[in-house]
Amino acid sequence: MTAAELLNWARGPGLQISLVVFVLGMTYRVLQNYFIGRKASLAEARGSQWGPGIETVWRRSLFHPGMTGKGYFTLIAGYTFHIGFLVTLFFLAQHIELFKSLLGFGWPALAEGLIELLAVLSIAALVAVLVDRLVDPVRRKISDFQDYFTWVLTVAPLITGYMLVNGMAMRYTEMLALHILSFEALLVAAPFTKLSHMVTIFIARWYNGAIAGYKGVQS
Amino acid sequence: MAKNETLGEVMRRQGISRRGFLKFCTATASMMAMPPGMVPAIAAALEKARRPSVIWLSFQECTGCTESLTRSHSPTVENLIFNAISLDYHHTLQAASGTAAEEAREHAMKENDGKYLLVVDGSIPTRDGGVYSTIAGMTNLQILEETAKGAAAIIAVGTCAAFGGIPKAKPNPTGAVAVSDIITDKPIINVSGCPPIPTVITGVLANFLTFGTIPDLDKYGRPLAFFGDTIHDRCYRRRFYDQGLFAETFDDEGARKGWCLYKLGCKGPTTYNACATTKWNQGTSFPIQSGHGCFGCSEPDFWDAGGFYKPLPAATIDVGGAAGVAIAAGAAAGAAFGLYERNRRKKAQSSHEPLTVDDLD
Amino acid sequence: MTASIDRGIKALVEQIDAPVATFFTTCVHCGMCADACLFFTETRDPKYTPIYKLFPMRKVWRMEYTFWGKLLGKLGLLKGPTDEELAEWEPLVYDSCTLCGRCSMVCPVGNDITYMIRKMREGMVASGHAPRGLKDAMKRAIEIGSPMAVTPQTFQTVVRKAEEELGFALPMDVEGADYLMTLSSAEIAQFEEIIPAVARIFRETDLSWTLSSTGFESTNTGIQIGSSDLAKHLLERVVHTAERLKVKYVISPECGHAYTALRWEGPNLIGRPYPFKVIHIVELLDELRAQGRLKTEGFDEDRLTFHDPCQMVRRGGVVEQPRNLLNMFAKDFVEMEEHGINNWCCGGGGGVSANERADEVRIKVFSKKKSQLDGLGVSKIVTACSNCRNMLEDGLEHNNMDMEVVGLTELLAEHLVETKDKPAASGEQS
Repeated sequence: MTAAELLNWARGPGLQISLVVFVLGMTYRVLQNYFIGRKASLAEARGSQWGPGIETVWRRSLFHPGMTGKGYFTLIAGYTFHIGFLVTLFFLAQHIELFKSLLGFGWPALAEGLIELLAVLSIAALVAVLVDRLVDPVRRKISDFQDYFTWVLTVAPLITGYMLVNGMAMRYTEMLALHILSFEALLVAAPFTKLSHMVTIFIARWYNGAIAGYKGVQS
Repeated sequence: MAKNETLGEVMRRQGISRRGFLKFCTATASMMAMPPGMVPAIAAALEKARRPSVIWLSFQECTGCTESLTRSHSPTVENLIFNAISLDYHHTLQAASGTAAEEAREHAMKENDGKYLLVVDGSIPTRDGGVYSTIAGMTNLQILEETAKGAAAIIAVGTCAAFGGIPKAKPNPTGAVAVSDIITDKPIINVSGCPPIPTVITGVLANFLTFGTIPDLDKYGRPLAFFGDTIHDRCYRRRFYDQGLFAETFDDEGARKGWCLYKLGCKGPTTYNACATTKWNQGTSFPIQSGHGCFGCSEPDFWDAGGFYKPLPAATIDVGGAAGVAIAAGAAAGAAFGLYERNRRKKAQSSHEPLTVDDLD
Repeated sequence: MTASIDRGIKALVEQIDAPVATFFTTCVHCGMCADACLFFTETRDPKYTPIYKLFPMRKVWRMEYTFWGKLLGKLGLLKGPTDEELAEWEPLVYDSCTLCGRCSMVCPVGNDITYMIRKMREGMVASGHAPRGLKDAMKRAIEIGSPMAVTPQTFQTVVRKAEEELGFALPMDVEGADYLMTLSSAEIAQFEEIIPAVARIFRETDLSWTLSSTGFESTNTGIQIGSSDLAKHLLERVVHTAERLKVKYVISPECGHAYTALRWEGPNLIGRPYPFKVIHIVELLDELRAQGRLKTEGFDEDRLTFHDPCQMVRRGGVVEQPRNLLNMFAKDFVEMEEHGINNWCCGGGGGVSANERADEVRIKVFSKKKSQLDGLGVSKIVTACSNCRNMLEDGLEHNNMDMEVVGLTELLAEHLVETKDKPAASGEQS
């Protein structure tokens, strides 16, 4: 198979398959969890559930009292990675063309130079947390194969994208195919790994806030 | 045409000055990225070059490659080079026809066995025994296999011969394949393009005549001298791409300002060819300069790359329907599985045997 | 039917609901929960990472509730937790977790880890893997009447002693009273000053209340050991008493897990809503203050702070009330930097203090509370949970810290303005 054929596959069937798996898988995961059910509490409520639940969805993104140095490191590295990744994904002009073809509409792009910087910081943050995961006793205790596997899947689009725009290592056609395929691999793996948190985080935070809100506490 | 004239003798007969000839050699050297010191060597070699026999086979093609190569308004040095080879078989250009033409081919093959250059344009149909293109009762497949046997090298001119081209586009009803899919035991130079730039082919020929060797090729058999960079790498509109200035439609402000055509489907980044530097019609222009994105005509499967106006990142298949089905299927499966689990949990709870204090021991 | 690994796993399967499944799905193994758990911060042992404590339950979730887990399980490629594993996890789930709820507050993806540990204990106890100390306390609670071996007779003795001190009789088993006052056995056994304190406050505020000879103890070892069945057994003593006496309110005493048991878990344990309301004693006192019925005089000049019991405040929702009350008479009330719902656990709740095996670790992790108090300059710590009181006293003694620990209600009663020094009992309906 030539690189051009691989690229054509990635832009066509590959994208279709990976999107279908992603959408099907995530929908399945969310609804399956939901339908397992939660028994309504018979205790008299002090507060409500919905409002506090939603408040926790955004409030949980803030730094919290009593955070340690390691906590700051984890959150700041986490934000650097997430923001860099998401800004790159949604605001690079070339990516917006992809969304336009999927959704029918696009939006303004950010300067490529800025995005390249954020992508590099994102990769740096990912490397930092990987090292931490390998070295820190707590993270070593709780990490498994999935953590390292998803790390590779996550860093691959960033690295291949960076290499693509900077003409590194491979011909453009090969690099572009690799870049697109790496993202498709991420999509396919997402519903079956902790990457599903990209959707379920909102639900988990909501439950957290709702459970506390019922008792009149804002978590 | 006299077969044993050297190129030098031909040129003098035609009235080409030494100066004009050296200009050609210089241009050829620079086009192939050779140092100026090579010019005398090229000149000397071409002077003495015997006109090799060239057999040009045209298969499933549109004749665009021949048109590109031979179209000229006035005698050009390309034509001269053309005269410097002994073109013993070419459907469009030969005087002979019918059995006489086929005899000429067979005669040339016998006389120059092992030494003649085989040039092929057009793809080779293979389905149903290859009946979709025949000449004198022989399928293209048969002709190619027979003629390639005694060839010194094969030049596959045009994307059809190099990669399969338009006949290979889905659903490829004739089973069209490239030359390299059939012949695997001869050196093949792929000069892709739909059509290729004229000076690209003459450059390849000049290289062959000068050195008697195949030029450096990329992994798809294309001469690196012409196919080593992408259009994107050499595009004069590159700085607009880098600055994020794109034409959004064909006649908007950006288009009129000559901004990058990436969003209008330009495949420049993935297309390897010399259009951005060498250009067409003796350096007049090339598609991007005329305001239309490159559609990657020198690349394999460019007809199946999802559409000339779909930009590179865009999905080439409609995923909306599939995604809709996916959501519905995922929701149904999730609900079903979840409810099953809930049911199982409720059953476990109803068959729950309460813990008593005695169980603690 | 005895405890067994199968019974334990079945219990875990029953416990996994939509939130638990979502939490396990969402955990990204970031480990930030560790820094919220004083058992980790003060020992630096990574096995105390809160989410790690749940790993056996996670195995059950994977195998029973996920598609791939079920498939791999059927193919024998995935195995559930073994009896040995549960034994190994027992100290993690019981000795080093007080269900304080701090991890649930900091998890960046929103996991309520405490919610899950409570559920994991159901599986642990059903499999027989609960600490000896807690099991014994549970037996005492069921067979004798309380985990601290306080019997109904002991209670009556203590009540009579209070009546002598007060000079008036206390209402006992009064049908139709508005409020049923319950107590914790620690209060009955050690901090019995609480009884005269509430008696005087209720007399002064004309509260219609009663004690009960049957439902006097509302602490719940069942919640701590994690068995809803056993917790229900204990809870029903109070519920049946309250229903028999037809009270409007049951007062939850100065005890953390009593409040969790009575107020939040109770109706779900018995499977129906209460015909009465539950109110924490501190809540009630603040209500009386707000209504203008509770008045204090004089000031406490001591520099003091308030230690927020986890189950009352962060997990219970009674946050501002203790402060309102303290501000009535405390002149030099300083808050620890992390207070209210951000307070750090004393280290003794959730069954830890009843578990002798955990003595060493709970004393060790008191260093967190010490760090909160260092530099605060207080001579008095006020709290509203007798378990916290005991733990604080233990920790302060061990660290040679010279501070007094006192209960809020008791302290407030010292400043009570009393105008109704009536000789007759105030237990009649108002």
